[in-house]
Amino acid sequence: MIRNPRLRAAAAALMTAVVTAMPAIAHAQTSDTPSGRAWWFQDPVTSIARQQINLHNYILLVCLIIFVGVFGVMFYSIFKHRKSVGHQAAQFHENTVVEIVWTVIPFLILVFMAYPATKTILFYKDTTAPELTIKVTGYQWKWGYDYVQDGFGFFSTLATPLAQREDRAPKNPNYLLEVDNPLVVPVDTKIRVLVTAADVLHAWWVPAFGIKQDAIPGFVRDVWFRADKVGIYRGQCAELCGKEHGFMPIVVEVKSKDDYAKWSADQKSKVAAVADDPNKKWSVEELSARGQGVYTANCVACHQANGRGVPNAFPALDASKVVRGPAADHVAIVLHGKQGTAMPSFAQLSDVDVAAVVTYERNAWSNKTGDAVQPADIQAARKR
Amino acid sequence: MSTVPHDQVAGHDDHHDHHHPSGILRWLTTTNHKDIGTLYLWFSFTMFIVGGVMALTIRAELFRPGLQVIDPEFFNSMTTLHGLIMVFGAIMPAAVGFANWMIPLLIGAPDMAFARMNNWSFWLLPPAGILLMTSLFLPGGAPGTGWTLYPPLSTQMPMGMDFVIFAVHIMGASSIMGSINIITTILNLRAPGMTLMRMPMFCWTWLITAYLLVAVMPVLAGAVTMILTDRHFGTSFFNAAGGGDPVLFQHIFWFFGHPEVYIIILPAFGIISQIIPTFSRKPLFGYASMVYATAGIAIVSFIVWAHHMFTTGMPAVGLLFFMYATMLVAVPTGVKVFNWLATMWKGSMTFEAPMLFAIGFLFLFTLGGFTGLILSISPVDFQVHDTYYVVAHFHYVMVAGSLFAFFGGVYYWIPKWTGTMYDERLAQIHFWASLVTFNVAFFPQHFLGLAGMPRRIPDYAQQFADWNAVSSVGAFGFGISQLVFLWAVLKCIRGRGEHAPAKPWEGADTLEWTVPSPAPYHTFETPPVIK
Repeated sequence: MIRNPRLRAAAAALMTAVVTAMPAIAHAQTSDTPSGRAWWFQDPVTSIARQQINLHNYILLVCLIIFVGVFGVMFYSIFKHRKSVGHQAAQFHENTVVEIVWTVIPFLILVFMAYPATKTILFYKDTTAPELTIKVTGYQWKWGYDYVQDGFGFFSTLATPLAQREDRAPKNPNYLLEVDNPLVVPVDTKIRVLVTAADVLHAWWVPAFGIKQDAIPGFVRDVWFRADKVGIYRGQCAELCGKEHGFMPIVVEVKSKDDYAKWSADQKSKVAAVADDPNKKWSVEELSARGQGVYTANCVACHQANGRGVPNAFPALDASKVVRGPAADHVAIVLHGKQGTAMPSFAQLSDVDVAAVVTYERNAWSNKTGDAVQPADIQAARKR
Repeated sequence: MSTVPHDQVAGHDDHHDHHHPSGILRWLTTTNHKDIGTLYLWFSFTMFIVGGVMALTIRAELFRPGLQVIDPEFFNSMTTLHGLIMVFGAIMPAAVGFANWMIPLLIGAPDMAFARMNNWSFWLLPPAGILLMTSLFLPGGAPGTGWTLYPPLSTQMPMGMDFVIFAVHIMGASSIMGSINIITTILNLRAPGMTLMRMPMFCWTWLITAYLLVAVMPVLAGAVTMILTDRHFGTSFFNAAGGGDPVLFQHIFWFFGHPEVYIIILPAFGIISQIIPTFSRKPLFGYASMVYATAGIAIVSFIVWAHHMFTTGMPAVGLLFFMYATMLVAVPTGVKVFNWLATMWKGSMTFEAPMLFAIGFLFLFTLGGFTGLILSISPVDFQVHDTYYVVAHFHYVMVAGSLFAFFGGVYYWIPKWTGTMYDERLAQIHFWASLVTFNVAFFPQHFLGLAGMPRRIPDYAQQFADWNAVSSVGAFGFGISQLVFLWAVLKCIRGRGEHAPAKPWEGADTLEWTVPSPAPYHTFETPPVIK
């Protein structure tokens, strides 16, 4: 056993920590789930991502060499230059030459690091001559993708069921990294991504592509990528944007050029097909049924499925004066949000969807107004 | 560094008032730098525990995927308050506590230049701390923006945000007043013969830190005031619809924020520069270079702020400039590390607790510095910005850096403060337990960041589960280890240990070791003459 009490204490602490962490470490080292390794960069599928990993490895290597060298010297000194082995202290305390040497050499090492980094920065920022342009908009708490050259777009929302998030069902392998409508892009194509936001700061990040761009409300910034492998790539919002910041992932499906062309044509015809007849008169039941879907996708996070909200944070819609009051005021809040609160505008929803969710709220839970708000009313309300 | 004739100390308080009040009134009205130093240190330790409990709440939630302990909004509140409390309530006041206790003793001055303003500087802090904590109980809770308070999220937050803004103003005022005090004391009250280039390094690092504080705390005040007016007075500084820009806040905040991290580390550098020569029984190597390197770090710290903003979409020339400038900081920092090593080299070292913490600092702060260098490379930063890689980096430099240096400083100087030697065995347990648990908590976070785990999320994808579990275990271990520190300190205060001589450390040679232990209430009423 160790006699020296200090050494004993240290060994005990170390053993406890190691033994506790061991199972987790062993598993982590071999864990290799669909979305990536547990301890290293995800596999790169763009030139930029490859350059980033290489840059990182080069600098890490230089740092490791310096670290081992410098602290090798320190530990040597700790062993040899100790009072307990009788070493007498020298009294030297300055040397200008040495100071200059250990200023200039690190400076030169930095220059050698800065040169490849500079090349990569210039490569990363060159968004000229794209073959396809897509606009990405960050919302609280989902992404909107607009294929601006093709005239269609959609929202992309987290698809992991609440039951999994609340530990009531086992988690699937793509837990928190799956969406209803992924971004679809063609392989081997220079794609310019225009990034903006509708409310607060977000950030669009796909590790396998090596790109991360802050989404700034009121401004459009751009970034580009060229994916060289077909597959599905997953990322997350990378700028704190409120309570569901961890729950607005990004999924990009890279298809072959032919598959992409088919998909794109498909999307364009779907847009034409689901265009609602603006003059149709909907019944309360039709609106409420559709409205419940809209409510679940957009309102449940704050106002809750039972409409009771969260006291002192998000108001209840069940038995609410606004919901039971004049429809015009209710519609106004949904269309324009409420200044000074966390309630955003939902003007980006279609007229039918707004009419449906308002009608649903006015007839759900203990609300029984019997009102049906028509899409035409919403269209008129937007003009005011 | 300086040879001092004996007995330059007022051994008895006879010709001054014995009549300072006792009890609560003493602590409320004291203008004595030793009392005020003690107040700062106890306040800082209390805030450290409060901030630590918040950290453990965060790590408890992150122990497994899924939401088990708290909801996402409260998680964001904990994240925000943990950062604000640790930075403004724990680390900065601790540094000021050391400054108050030690600067007059190190330069042979009877007290700080503005003793009464000193009292006010401290007593602003508890109300500010209370304001921060009160935000938790307001409708809407404490803000969930992170300690960086970025708009438009912060302009959207409920009332707690205004309390935080108010608290930041008050803490800023406290820091500015304290800094004015420190600058004036160091420039004017050094004992005769102690030129600037003969004063202890701790005084140099605090002198430079104080200038940094005076320069940047008003900038932070400006930034949070603009948030306040955007929230309540119809301005649009950070609102594009009104002609403003959210990124403007980031520029202003980080113009404060980057020098702020040097404000956090420079006093720690100063403490290390006192400890290593003492326990190596050898003078500090390259004193002049150390002064220039510290000044160099401080000056460069003003031109690197946008390395916190590499992903905002700035043009290539901006990315290049801020990358080069940030990389440059590694040069003077490296010089300091080399000088400390050269101090140890061919010394005659012993490894009592202060030296252990200093060596731990050297090793782990440098490791954190290397991850900082990696972060400074913009293309790499694009991948790891806003991930756990950054969280790992700043905890290495602030906890294994600053905090370890402060622990070393406490063990080093507590014999002087209390007259009792600390229990070496307890201190060793504290050191080794902290060292191991700290690394278990934070080293895996580098892996999480590289693998793609974002910051500030209460729940995460499956591949991040294992390292998060390890990190949480380490965090709880680290928290428990700090109770050992508390025990060791209380033992000293209660006098349960060996009586400490005036100079318990064989290799020490600065002025504070010429006065008795515990240091008398008033010291150096007659300045010592430095030959």
